[in-house]
Amino acid sequence: MSCSRRDFLKQGLGSTLVSALPLSAFTFLSSAEARAAVANANTKWGFLVDTTKCVGCGFCVEACKTEYEIPRDAAVTRTWVERYVVTKDGETHIDSPDGGIDGFTSNVIGEEEIDPEQVTKAFFVPKLCNQCDNPACVQVCPVGATYQTDDGVVLVDRDWCIGCGYCLMACPYGVRFFHPKYKVADKCNFCYHRIMKGLDPACVQSCAFGARRIANLKDPEDPVTKIITTERVAVLKDEYGTKPNVFYIGLDANVR
Amino acid sequence: MKRHVLHPLWVTIALVVLVLLARMFFVPDDFGVHGRNFTYGFHRLGNIGEWQAFPVKYLGEDSCIECHAEKVQANNGNVHKNIQCENCHGAAVGHPDEVEALAIDESRELCLRCHQQLDYPHSARDTVIAVDGAKHRRRRACSKCHDPHQPAEDEI
Repeated sequence: MSCSRRDFLKQGLGSTLVSALPLSAFTFLSSAEARAAVANANTKWGFLVDTTKCVGCGFCVEACKTEYEIPRDAAVTRTWVERYVVTKDGETHIDSPDGGIDGFTSNVIGEEEIDPEQVTKAFFVPKLCNQCDNPACVQVCPVGATYQTDDGVVLVDRDWCIGCGYCLMACPYGVRFFHPKYKVADKCNFCYHRIMKGLDPACVQSCAFGARRIANLKDPEDPVTKIITTERVAVLKDEYGTKPNVFYIGLDANVR
Repeated sequence: MKRHVLHPLWVTIALVVLVLLARMFFVPDDFGVHGRNFTYGFHRLGNIGEWQAFPVKYLGEDSCIECHAEKVQANNGNVHKNIQCENCHGAAVGHPDEVEALAIDESRELCLRCHQQLDYPHSARDTVIAVDGAKHRRRRACSKCHDPHQPAEDEI
């Protein structure tokens, strides 16, 4: 068998090109490339709730439900306010009627009327999605319909969700539900459309007492980030290891 | 090889090819691993833009001030200044093009969200001037006597 130098070079070059083709065709974006394509890495959204300022008016719940077209009478909401009343007998009474959307205007909790004389302490705790660093809800999604953005917010793809409900079960904070109108999993996303436009989330804007604030945790000059990093704050259910990004001032041991 | 071996083999290969072909058509191009890793970043990239384009309904005081500057500024001189216009006047989306007049909530229940007496010691609720809504002028709208835009300092 004879082979000229020209043929050898030709065939050598050809086979190299052919073998290189499939490799380049299947190259995945590196995480740095993908990150640059999606969002700027100088942002990580966090949230600060000051329970000592909340009066339980429920305007935040009202604003949230309107912003996301969740019917007012539907028993689901992206954010809600819980009331904790501790009485002298050591009992803790907890309620959140309709998520607190109408505020708290009576001393009746459940079926029981609490005598104001018996109250040792009482407070309100707003709750919302914690946008965890390790979101359990995202881990269990079988179709990739819920995910974490590079700025730390967990979003739900309404076109992609199949409504299996795994994420509703996985969330230790119980923030997920099925949207009555869109029939897919839904939850608070810090009003992603608002914060990306430089607005406050609807609940933050509607709060007259400054009990709810949004923060960019990667900006050390952010006044809210300064509070989170320099003052005594706590998170909910730390023991689950989900690394939540909603921080609370004045969190009581009774709050679960 | 015998036919009973080959036949299922061809069927299996055909099925695999069919699934791969279907996948090419039904899975969007931007679906894949984005961001952190497969566990947290397996999604359709375009959805981020879809959420950013979600319509804003509460436009905030900065939007009200464009037309109602005098009113907004006049109301900002008292303790109610922290209450957003839209909390009582309703979300401003579509106003004034589609919604000429916003539905104003003048109910007693709205005021009582903050001003209903609950006697909660050490709670912020205790710092708000309060009445018992069940006893205080039960049949009268609050705004008949109190101006929500200019509440007198001693009655708040």
